Amino acid sequence: MNAMPADTFTTVRSEDALVRFSQVKKSYDGIHYVVKDLNLDVAKGEFLTMLGPSGSGKTTTLMMLGGFERPTLGQILLNGNPVERLPPERRNIGFVFQNYALFPHMTVAENVAFPLRYRGIRGAAAGAKVARALGRVGLEAMGDRRPAQLSGGQQQRVALARALVFEPSLVLMDEPLGALDKQLRERMQIEIKHLQTSLGITMVYVTHDQSEALTMSDRIAVFHDGRIQQLADPKTLYNAPENRFVAGFIGENNTMPCTFVGREAGLAVVRMADGATLRAADTLLSGGKAELSLSVRPENIGLASGQPNGPGNLFSGQVTDMFFLGDHMRLSVAAFGGQTVTARIPVGQVRGIAVGGTVHLACSPADCRLLED
Amino acid sequence: MWLPSYATPSERLSRILVVAFAVAVMLFLIAPLFIIVPLSFSKDPFFTLPVREYSLRWYEDLFGNPRWFEAMINSAVAAVLTTILATTLGTLAALGIARPDFPYRRAIMALLISPMIVPIVIVAVGSYLFFGEFGLTNTRAGLVLAHTALATPFVVITVTATLSTYDTNLTRAANSLGASGLSAFFRVTLPNILPGVISGAIFAFATSFDEVVVALFLTAAEQRTLPVQMFSGIRDQINPTIMAAATMLLILSILLFAALALLTRKKAR
Repeated sequence: MNAMPADTFTTVRSEDALVRFSQVKKSYDGIHYVVKDLNLDVAKGEFLTMLGPSGSGKTTTLMMLGGFERPTLGQILLNGNPVERLPPERRNIGFVFQNYALFPHMTVAENVAFPLRYRGIRGAAAGAKVARALGRVGLEAMGDRRPAQLSGGQQQRVALARALVFEPSLVLMDEPLGALDKQLRERMQIEIKHLQTSLGITMVYVTHDQSEALTMSDRIAVFHDGRIQQLADPKTLYNAPENRFVAGFIGENNTMPCTFVGREAGLAVVRMADGATLRAADTLLSGGKAELSLSVRPENIGLASGQPNGPGNLFSGQVTDMFFLGDHMRLSVAAFGGQTVTARIPVGQVRGIAVGGTVHLACSPADCRLLED
Repeated sequence: MWLPSYATPSERLSRILVVAFAVAVMLFLIAPLFIIVPLSFSKDPFFTLPVREYSLRWYEDLFGNPRWFEAMINSAVAAVLTTILATTLGTLAALGIARPDFPYRRAIMALLISPMIVPIVIVAVGSYLFFGEFGLTNTRAGLVLAHTALATPFVVITVTATLSTYDTNLTRAANSLGASGLSAFFRVTLPNILPGVISGAIFAFATSFDEVVVALFLTAAEQRTLPVQMFSGIRDQINPTIMAAATMLLILSILLFAALALLTRKKAR
């Protein structure tokens, strides 16, 4: 899990990098490292999401970029200049906090005008900028209100307007939508994404919500245990997770132990726990370690009867659970000698299947991926 | 206060007892006021109740007699200087202690609070002996310094309490928007912890203005404060001017507490 594949690091040409983390480590107590050897480039104009469970190091990384934490070791470059020792007020970075951090003693307009004062913009010029920033987030009529008089979504917009009003080239966001309800969150995701593309700003976004990350990002860095597990665009991340953690964290995945047998017609052949052989896409980097995991998404498993004959993997098992989820049924099947395999089957196809009965399933080798760790 | 209609007789009885007890406690606490205030308006040069004839002669003495008037001015000056010093130092200390990376927080907090716990006579004697080395006895500076030591813990406590509800992300937000440390403090942190700072300042003022023991040790005739003047008045010739002075102190305390109440009400809104 330690070294990232070299190609993900070089996807950003160095002259396009607005931010570069170079061998950054962070420890609060000198023993345990919250961030271990971080190398990451953020390209100009990119929406990069740092995704991971709590304690994975993503927020610490963001705080180091914002200037609120100092790296224990390593270098952070902003526009090619080292900034580890530069205080936040001299970085010119917009920051949106999880709880918005609006100044409660100021009106909305005063909040948004706050950064302008430090940039020598006052009077009518400041007023025009504030009005435009509030207009961008649809709050032009709210300038005289106090933050406490606004709803959560409106407060979020004010925080956004305040972080954008001084036209920073880089905006950081720390789980900014965490406190909003689901519908509002989805609307705000789209609004933030629109703002980011129309203004051409670079955004580094921290979240633990994978669907949020998949919706908004150009690239996603999956954090776990202080390291980036995979750095890729959303499609690649979803379709081609590189390790077991990413496979399990992004979407739902069946991950089952297997052993490598050999290669055949461009596919890898593996043996499952019960001796059955399956074929899988040959995603192995090395010649093939003996102990592997086979991962396949529930939506890529279908009923064997409904599959055309082809080079499909066929297996069967006993249904242990069935759930109706509206557009599909969710089946839990005990297969390969006791492994639980989850499959999503269209409701119309589920006939004559009952809990306790045997079901024959199929999946395409192209959808089966082998993970080495 | 009022019980619902389904309360049982024993619930009613216990409620009556509780209310009666509370009223008795309040009467006990307020009783001295019922004696001091009327006596200060009495015409007689000795303490008799009920008052036979009312007059303002003791108030005239309080404001007309240079000894009393100077004592009031001395107290006010010492209290204002103490308030400024203690509020500044206490707020700074509370801000420092509130930092997550502050070392030995508990020990230093205990040290800062200690003037509240140490018996006042010990503080007075200690200051007297220690300040003597530096020529600070019988000076206003010495009195203000000693009072500052007594008053600062109140500020530390009230500001620390306010800081516990202060969102440190506000400071970070101010920094990220371009405000340096000092600017972020005055424009964002201070306005949001102001209720705590002002209550601390009110306590500091009251501590210095009412304080008698340290003032007895550290002041000569020129720096004599109002409580010291009252105290020596009681020993030398018992005089109803003391009652007038006490009434004035009382009014000041009521005003200070009213200010405090207004402040907390505004905060709660």
